[in-house]
Amino acid sequence: MVMVFLASTLAACEGALSTIDPAGPSAARVADLWWCMLGGSILLATLVFALLLVGLLRRGVADREKPGNKSVWIGWLGLAMPVTVLMVLLGFALWVGERNLPTGPAAETIEVTAYNYGWEFCYEDGSCSEDVLRIPTGRPVDLDIRATDVIHSLWIPRLAGKMDAIPGQVNRLRIQADASGTYEAVCAEYCGVGHASHRFVVEAYEAENANNLMGAAR
Amino acid sequence: MKALELHRDLTRIWKNETGWRGVFSSVSHTDLGKRFIITAAVFFGIGGVLAMLIRAQLATPQSAFAGPEVYGQIFTMHGSIMMFLFAIPMLEGLAIYLLPKILGARDLAYPRLTALGWWCYLFGGTIMILALLGGVAPDAGWFLYPPLSGREFTPGVNSDVWLLGITFVEISAICAAIEIVVTILKFRAANMSLTRMPIMAWYLLATAGMMIFGFPPLILGSILLELERAFGWPFFQPEFGGSPLLWQHLFWLFGHPEVYIIFLPAAGALSTMIPVMARTPLIGYGAIVTAVMALAFLSFGLWVHHMFTTGIPHMALGFFSAASVLVAIPTAVQVFAWIGTIWAGRPKFTLPMYYILGFFVVFVLGGLTGVMLAIVPFDQQAHDTAFVTAHLHYVLVGGFVFPMLAAAYYWMPHATGRTRVMRVGIAAFWLIFIGFNLTFLHMHLTGLLGMPRRVYTYPVEAGWTTLNLISSVGGFMQAFGFGLFAIDIALQHRLGKRTRRDPWEAETLEWAMPTPPTQYNFASLPTVDSREPLTQDRNLGARLAGGKGLLARAVDQRRETLAVDIASGAPEHVAILPGPSLIPLHTALVIGGFFLSMLLSLYWLAPVFVVATAVMVWRWAATTGTVNDAGPVNAGQGLCLPTSFDVRGSVGYWGSVLAVAASGTLFASLIFGYFFLWVVAPNWPPPGEFDAYFLEPVLVTAGALLASGGARAGLRNFRRAKPGAVLAACGLALAIAGLLLGAIRHLPGPAEHSFAAVAWTLTCYAVFSAAVGALAQLFIRGRIASGHVSARRPHECRIAAVWSDYGAGVAIIVAWLLALSGAAL
Repeated sequence: MVMVFLASTLAACEGALSTIDPAGPSAARVADLWWCMLGGSILLATLVFALLLVGLLRRGVADREKPGNKSVWIGWLGLAMPVTVLMVLLGFALWVGERNLPTGPAAETIEVTAYNYGWEFCYEDGSCSEDVLRIPTGRPVDLDIRATDVIHSLWIPRLAGKMDAIPGQVNRLRIQADASGTYEAVCAEYCGVGHASHRFVVEAYEAENANNLMGAAR
Repeated sequence: MKALELHRDLTRIWKNETGWRGVFSSVSHTDLGKRFIITAAVFFGIGGVLAMLIRAQLATPQSAFAGPEVYGQIFTMHGSIMMFLFAIPMLEGLAIYLLPKILGARDLAYPRLTALGWWCYLFGGTIMILALLGGVAPDAGWFLYPPLSGREFTPGVNSDVWLLGITFVEISAICAAIEIVVTILKFRAANMSLTRMPIMAWYLLATAGMMIFGFPPLILGSILLELERAFGWPFFQPEFGGSPLLWQHLFWLFGHPEVYIIFLPAAGALSTMIPVMARTPLIGYGAIVTAVMALAFLSFGLWVHHMFTTGIPHMALGFFSAASVLVAIPTAVQVFAWIGTIWAGRPKFTLPMYYILGFFVVFVLGGLTGVMLAIVPFDQQAHDTAFVTAHLHYVLVGGFVFPMLAAAYYWMPHATGRTRVMRVGIAAFWLIFIGFNLTFLHMHLTGLLGMPRRVYTYPVEAGWTTLNLISSVGGFMQAFGFGLFAIDIALQHRLGKRTRRDPWEAETLEWAMPTPPTQYNFASLPTVDSREPLTQDRNLGARLAGGKGLLARAVDQRRETLAVDIASGAPEHVAILPGPSLIPLHTALVIGGFFLSMLLSLYWLAPVFVVATAVMVWRWAATTGTVNDAGPVNAGQGLCLPTSFDVRGSVGYWGSVLAVAASGTLFASLIFGYFFLWVVAPNWPPPGEFDAYFLEPVLVTAGALLASGGARAGLRNFRRAKPGAVLAACGLALAIAGLLLGAIRHLPGPAEHSFAAVAWTLTCYAVFSAAVGALAQLFIRGRIASGHVSARRPHECRIAAVWSDYGAGVAIIVAWLLALSGAAL
């Protein structure tokens, strides 16, 4: 079953909203993290199921006075193994998480406002656009995300993880597109009857002519 | 001959009243446990039908089956029903049915409270279902995030149905939790020390403890959101100094422990069944008990992993992420202990074993994706997508439904005295198991490909069409499997072959009784000297039926069971339990009147029902006890024990302590909310000038000290108990006056700012707690006058002191907190 899952995953990673078809450094790091965790999980699941299968088929003793070996099952498998695996995983995850944070200078900080049902983006030059976010490629861009009515969540799966838009607070998300093109985005937090179509697109422009093109587009 | 006579007498004492009245007045844990289980199964069916509607809608893109308004109600009710009307009541039903039987007792600690819990559950659940049929069901998602669920964006009663209906149902959860803890601590077989308890008792102890501390934050959140919706007190509106995040904290502070509250009883059932099926002892009893306690403790420290995308600083998230992966360790300890037990033994491939193996496959996969979701950067991608939907179904269906299906087949011969009929159960298993994985395994991929939760439709271009169609096919396959399971259970109930006692050769005491069980469980109560009393003595059941145990007597028409010392299990006293009563039904009805008048915005009517509830509780307490000094009774085997009327540490005392602990958790959550808003919410400090004030808090303190002194005087010297109780009630009345005076003179209107809203809520809570304490003391005064409380039987004074001391303490804290806040604002 797990192998079928793996095979189908490899065959079908692509998609306009696919997290495993990353187009920016942040999403790429998370996609790598996912593949590592999937591999590790398959190994662990195989181990557990194999032990269970052998345990079922081998002929143990039906004796209420003779319990099994505690130190192997509880000491090594129950405690030592998960502690080791989880410590490594946590360290790796913390490193990925820190690198995805908006630290260091950004090319631009864009004010994002989510509302029922649309998205408004206001740029440093004072211009604004609705339902289309225009960014330069190859450079980090910070989004300062707000909401005016209910909670929404800004999600551009191919570029970065999501960030909630919550009334009364500003949340910052760093995104970066490696190549020019169009990236789809959706609202990930249920926001009412229009939630399913609460979407926008990101247009990324090459750096050398970004200002001209974006200026014209804006 | 003597055994038959005993059986006849006990049957007469423990039987329900006749006719319909008997149905309404039954307080038997066997009846009520079965009612909980059957009611929960019916709600599971309703939730399942909603799940099928979801799968029908999502089977194809751009489906015209349901519009977004209807779809919002469908998915919200599916989640709410499965969590609150199925999973929690089902585990309560299992515990209520089994607990006295595995502990070797005749009933739970508070039989009438069991009945109250079931009626509240039934009425609250019915309100929710009626709302669904009327098209006004909750529609903001089962975690009901404001502002979407607030008055502005949900103007109808939809959210009120959830807030009031679920809170009504949660009364039964709190009742059950208190009852389970006290029963485990006090109602056990003679000499059943804590370390000799069946492992299930440890699981249920941890579960009930978590419920006592886990549910109050949710109840508080519901009260606050209902206050905001009904009266405009702004707790969650940032324009008035509130924060939508406060709801999320309160909700998940409950919501994550909830997952383990659901899982632990199921794990307890597994720990009970697996050694029996493997014909070998469970390995690592001590390690498992430690793991369960660690799980219960850790589960309160990781609620923020549901909030990784709300903008909380990364290092703080790292802490909660670490705590979240840590819970994998006690879980792994249990999983490997179970596999090790199977490994050591020689397993029987019975029907429960099929479902146990299904559990292993599904739950282990769910656990692995759970670790993935605890990792912050990955969660920020997967959060609120179909990946999470898949994960939570793996964990909850794997960790709860599969073990419950195994448990159903394992304990059916106990409840019915019959074995299963055909191989229908095997077919049902394969349909459920394959259907489940067909629905949810690749749904992880659907989520990774970007499909968010809670969308009623999706475009063709998104590439999720095939994946969703397969999920829908799997979903319907599961539905057939569950239908077949229900048929199989019905067949077994009607047509199953009569089985001998203890068909599984089990280890625990519930099999040392006739099946189906008698209303009194055991004709005489066991004395145990090991963890597996049946392994030691296969004839135990026959010996107990023959009256060879303790309390083999039928005296004075009294329902008796044994209460023991908490740690050692040494016999301590004979607990006298109440018989059939309509009071629980009437109490549930007046509580229901309160919730309905709130729901229908008849706010003037609600206080009437509050008073009526107080009257009912008074009557409830007044119908216990005795006016005679009975003295010790002969418990058999040379044991002479006092009755519960004559002891200081009766179950009533422990129940009050736990109820106050639950109330205190609600209070602590409210204080947390106060400081959370103060520190985190925008638009603070509130507009206007505030000064500290001293007159009122001094007044409150004086009243509270008077109350405490009055109660204490009665406890030290019974001759002062009557005037002491009056003094205590007057002191609390003074404290109430001080609290109200302070609020009226110094606080702005509650609708102006979240500060005032919280301050008024704190004041109302303190007034309520003090009023309960004052009523308890007035009650004691009446009981002394009527002779129920005497110098020989003073234990109700101790119970009243718990309530009045708590009310006094809360009054002092709230009075000074609010009086000094002014200076800091």
